[in-house]
Amino acid sequence: MGVGLLNTIEVILNGLMTGVMYSLVALGFVLIFKASGIFNYAQGVMSLFAALTLVGFQSGQIPFAELINAVFGTDVHHFGFTMPAILATLCALAVMVLFAIIVERLILKHLVNQEPIILFMATIGLAYFLEGFGDMMWGSDIKTMDLGLPQGGSFWFEDVTKTWAAEGSDYWGMYVDVLDVIAASVAICLVIALTLFSQYTKTGRALRAVADDHQAALSVGISLRYIWVVTWAIAGLVALVAGSMWGAKSGVQFSLSLIALKALPVLMLGGFTSIPGAIVGGMMIGVGEKLFEFYVGPMVGGATENWFAYVLALVFLVFRPQGLFGDKIIERV
Amino acid sequence: MTDAAIAEPPVSTPADPAKGEPLLQVSNVEVIYNHVILVLKGVSLTVPKGGITAILGGNGAGKTTTLKAISGLLKSERGEVTKGRILYRGADVAAQDPAEGVKRGLIQVMEGRHCFEHLTVEENLLTGAYTRSNSADVKRDLEMVYEYFPRLKERRTSQAGYTSGGEQQMCAIGRALMSRPETVLLDEPSMGLAPQLVEQIFEIVKSVNEQEGVTFLLAEQNTNVALRYAHYGYILENGRVVMDGEAKALRENQDVKEFYLGMSDQGRKSFRDVRSYRRRKRWLS
Repeated sequence: MGVGLLNTIEVILNGLMTGVMYSLVALGFVLIFKASGIFNYAQGVMSLFAALTLVGFQSGQIPFAELINAVFGTDVHHFGFTMPAILATLCALAVMVLFAIIVERLILKHLVNQEPIILFMATIGLAYFLEGFGDMMWGSDIKTMDLGLPQGGSFWFEDVTKTWAAEGSDYWGMYVDVLDVIAASVAICLVIALTLFSQYTKTGRALRAVADDHQAALSVGISLRYIWVVTWAIAGLVALVAGSMWGAKSGVQFSLSLIALKALPVLMLGGFTSIPGAIVGGMMIGVGEKLFEFYVGPMVGGATENWFAYVLALVFLVFRPQGLFGDKIIERV
Repeated sequence: MTDAAIAEPPVSTPADPAKGEPLLQVSNVEVIYNHVILVLKGVSLTVPKGGITAILGGNGAGKTTTLKAISGLLKSERGEVTKGRILYRGADVAAQDPAEGVKRGLIQVMEGRHCFEHLTVEENLLTGAYTRSNSADVKRDLEMVYEYFPRLKERRTSQAGYTSGGEQQMCAIGRALMSRPETVLLDEPSMGLAPQLVEQIFEIVKSVNEQEGVTFLLAEQNTNVALRYAHYGYILENGRVVMDGEAKALRENQDVKEFYLGMSDQGRKSFRDVRSYRRRKRWLS
């Protein structure tokens, strides 16, 4: 194989990995949008909050330490023990479920039957509240997340791919980050689990029923409030997975909430209502922006990754507004 | 004229003397939407166990609102029962959640079908059994529903959104039957369907009523069909019950014939007679 072709394959592989990371974030949006018609602006911040909580538990940080110190004049910051990653993850998940219950009690319950735009505004408020709350609870310093996952390039893969090049050519093998591979596998498992859940369980069927027609769902005895808690808890789980993967990759800091912005073009591409759409859309954006950067970037001075996704999304909005996999609107008179 | 029939209180005229105990009693119910729009101005009616009772009336008479007040779906549309009581088997259900109603055996089939369009027909039916946990029973009931609606069995794997209007109506009724209801509140089953199909659906309602002992309270604009299948009827106008009686008596009633069945044996009536009809009406509340 020629070096050029191998380089292209490497770019595509890395694009797919990045794309899956985008998909993870987009998935949270899709879940809530499908179940309640709400575009949850707070999804990115939920990822940040979940990641902060995970790191906080793992490193044995005392929640609200700053606040306690300020009020009581003490100087506490850590409990002095650390938690294994798996236990910390479970605790963080519990916090996200609790968060779902609180959101339902304090916000959604009171906004039943309001216009979607009002619910959207509520999620904007929620996003900023949660950002401040996360700051108050865990502090605003940048934290490193160490889940014990291997990081860095895979030497094995590099060695294997080195032999693919023609004899005597100057090729050093492909670089693939192991963490990216793990993140992609986790994402795939998550999607499979979610699909099985929504397709084959009673609650999953009820989730889809509510997404279709919440009035009819009410009439057959499905409790909307319970379904909302379930949806937000699942979105919290997805946020936790996305937050911990992104956190492990680039540290847990407040700019983590901005990954939500990367999910928007993914949603426009894949459709707001389709889980497979979020996955495929993410991969297309990932691969597309890497390939574009690799081939066209040098001609225009680089830094195309920042805007390529949005331009692609715009093109899609013009030609296929419901996205690649968005629900076709079924209507019969 | 059946003034005598009207004068009889509804409780004492059960649809069928053998199964005459009142299952559902709506007394003097007033409903207000959005805190300002008064829709029901004191509606009273009684549904006997095992009967088919019809609420008749034109657009905006309050038929749907009455059913929604009973099933508890009103709250999700910012409507509220402000006066009166709704007793189901003696318990006040005016403030209940629809889910509680379904568990009590009281389920509504909403106007305009409302199937879950992206779910298959079978999934739609299974969703109807959401409040039940015994899967063997649910499976048996699924077969029962397929027996009543063979058409649904043929279409079991199609997405409900792609089935015809008649099939969707059957799907909605079948979905309600999957909850093993004691009482079904059936809203406008004839809407948008061909006359032949309407007939077919009412036949099925009748056989479910007779064979499974399910009580029906149905709201219909199609007075003609409804009065042929129902045992007892109430006529609603402007949020009030203006007339009630045995279906047979209502069918024979001059005013009902003229205003709802479009029949008259005296030719055109003068406007003065129409006004006298208005004056003659009793406000049962």
